[in-house]
Amino acid sequence: MNLDVLTYLFVGLSFALYIGIAIWARAGSTREFYIAGGGVHPVANGMATAADWMSAASFISLAGIVSFSGYDASGYLMGWTGGYVMLAMLLAPYLRKFGKFTVPDFIGDRYYSSTARTLAVICVIFISFTYIAGQMRGTGIVFSRFLHVDIESGILIGMVIVFFYAVMGGMKGITYTQVAQYCILIFAYTVPAVFLIMQVTGHILPQTGLGATVQSSVNPIWEGRPVLFVLDEVIRDLGFHEYTSGSKTTIDMFFITVALMAGTAGLPHVIVRFFTVPKVKDARSSAGWALMFIAILYLTVPAVGAVGRLNLINTINGEEGQGTDYQHMPLWFKNWEQSGLIAWNDRNGDGLVQYAAGDAFVGGKPILTDHLGDLGQRLTSNPVIDTESSLGFDLNRQPYANEVFVDRDIMVLANPEIAQLPDWVIALVAAGAVAAALSTASGLLLVISTAISHDLLKKTLLPEINEKQELLAARMASVAAICIAGYFGLNPPGYVAATVALAFGLAAASFFPVIVMGIFSTRMNKEGAIAGMMVGLLSTMAYIVYFKFMDGAPEDLFLGISPEGFGGVGMLLNFVAAFTVSSLTKAPPEHVQAMIKNIRIPREANKAQSH
Amino acid sequence: MKEEQAVAYWRENISLIIRYLVIWFVASYGCGILFVETLNNIHFFGFKLGFWFAQQGSIFVFLALLVMYARSMNKLDRKYDVHE
Repeated sequence: MNLDVLTYLFVGLSFALYIGIAIWARAGSTREFYIAGGGVHPVANGMATAADWMSAASFISLAGIVSFSGYDASGYLMGWTGGYVMLAMLLAPYLRKFGKFTVPDFIGDRYYSSTARTLAVICVIFISFTYIAGQMRGTGIVFSRFLHVDIESGILIGMVIVFFYAVMGGMKGITYTQVAQYCILIFAYTVPAVFLIMQVTGHILPQTGLGATVQSSVNPIWEGRPVLFVLDEVIRDLGFHEYTSGSKTTIDMFFITVALMAGTAGLPHVIVRFFTVPKVKDARSSAGWALMFIAILYLTVPAVGAVGRLNLINTINGEEGQGTDYQHMPLWFKNWEQSGLIAWNDRNGDGLVQYAAGDAFVGGKPILTDHLGDLGQRLTSNPVIDTESSLGFDLNRQPYANEVFVDRDIMVLANPEIAQLPDWVIALVAAGAVAAALSTASGLLLVISTAISHDLLKKTLLPEINEKQELLAARMASVAAICIAGYFGLNPPGYVAATVALAFGLAAASFFPVIVMGIFSTRMNKEGAIAGMMVGLLSTMAYIVYFKFMDGAPEDLFLGISPEGFGGVGMLLNFVAAFTVSSLTKAPPEHVQAMIKNIRIPREANKAQSH
Repeated sequence: MKEEQAVAYWRENISLIIRYLVIWFVASYGCGILFVETLNNIHFFGFKLGFWFAQQGSIFVFLALLVMYARSMNKLDRKYDVHE
């Protein structure tokens, strides 16, 4: 069976599974649609949370980001896992005890204010749409790369599948589909990683193989030395920054990690997963399970990053480090050249492929043409680099100019080929990448549709609708949300990458502090919460928009904190504003204080809603 | 449940949370960011220690913390008879 048939088979089977689950897990009530009836086993919820959380970006891009920026990418690794510690200790158990359906529900009730609720609904919708556009795009890209359909058809197929199980099954359908999706994606991620690590180091577990030593079959010169030390030395000689030390300032790293952690703990589609377990104690253990399932992938990432980078350099520059004759480059290099993830520009005309620091093409990215060069390499139409006036690199720091463009996604997508694994593994990676994108997209869709049908319609605009009507509204809202998400996927705003910073920054600066104060302070009142949310939200939004979209000068950065990290500052501003304002205004009413005391005690989880 | 008991339960919970969050902070922000340079001078098993904390070590610590917190809280719930 050839690769295309296998890929269609694997992806097709996974779709059939998702639809099967959707039919089995149809939601009959709003309680089932919003929180899967509140009866999800903590381990299953942990898996579903992991799939919900790990998006197309985690699956496809994270290893590449780590691989090409080394220590600087640590903020993502710590931030996107450490957030679960805060979630488990500061948020999840108490929100479960609160026992309603949504994050705006909590904010509206706890701060006895429909203004606070509406503000929360706007944040939920904004954060989730920002996030979902990237997922739809990711689905399309995966389809186009593995199944050779164009990105647009890929997005449409993805929309139809998500439509099926999210609209029919609601949270109940999504939960069990996500469990299946987790199994597929983790298997697809770890199998090629295990083989890659084994080939280079002889060590079998990627989670512990980061410090292993290089095997002589890779390069006899490096034999017996730890991967990370070899890597540091090799890339320093090629003019890169050392792999294991950072180029960001400490304060920048610190705040980026804060923003990602608090953002993780404050993302509504993650929080709402903890409403689905039966008991408070399940919410705590479920967060542990979720982190364990996430860690299986996140602990693999650093190993894939480091070992993959070393392997790439070794393959391109060869044993002696002088470059490899293009004719002798392995097949995967040429395959991915065809899809534009790799491009070669023979700047010194020696017929050798050489990889070093710096851009290989004017403008960074290759502009591909359909023409092939003398050696069979794909030609580009980038302007020629004027070697007379500027070589584009420093001969004192590196032996030759960089001639290769490598897209970071290659670290995951090309892994099975680099490790010379059979075709079914490549097909599995395709199914895994699609699972990662769809699971996150469906979680986000649910949050959006719930925010509209429950928080906006039932609780604010049309309180007289009955449960059947509300359920219908939820389904219609998810159809609308899918269409809007699909539209953004088809016509991506040019700043998808930048908007992720926005989503995390806003979650960190708005939801996280307001929810934590709502649980841990009985004195925090509605005036304080609204002021805090506004200050956090507006300051973060203004900072990110100014520096990401309006070309703010880097010298103007506040304490050198990059836009990705400003959510951490916004969170502090939120706290300060909230405490200041609340100390000047009157304490929350008696029944709210009673409610806070109630959510702190696990017992009688289901009575909390009817105080 | 009596008011004083609820207060005592909550106080113990807070002190647990603070203890665990201190470890959480030291493992990630401390070892992985603030003191990473110093720790990088220590090498073991082919890692620089600071780098290892930043990319893998902190995640192991987070996992251990969540397991311990869930256990301690289950115990605390029973002690104050507030378990479900």
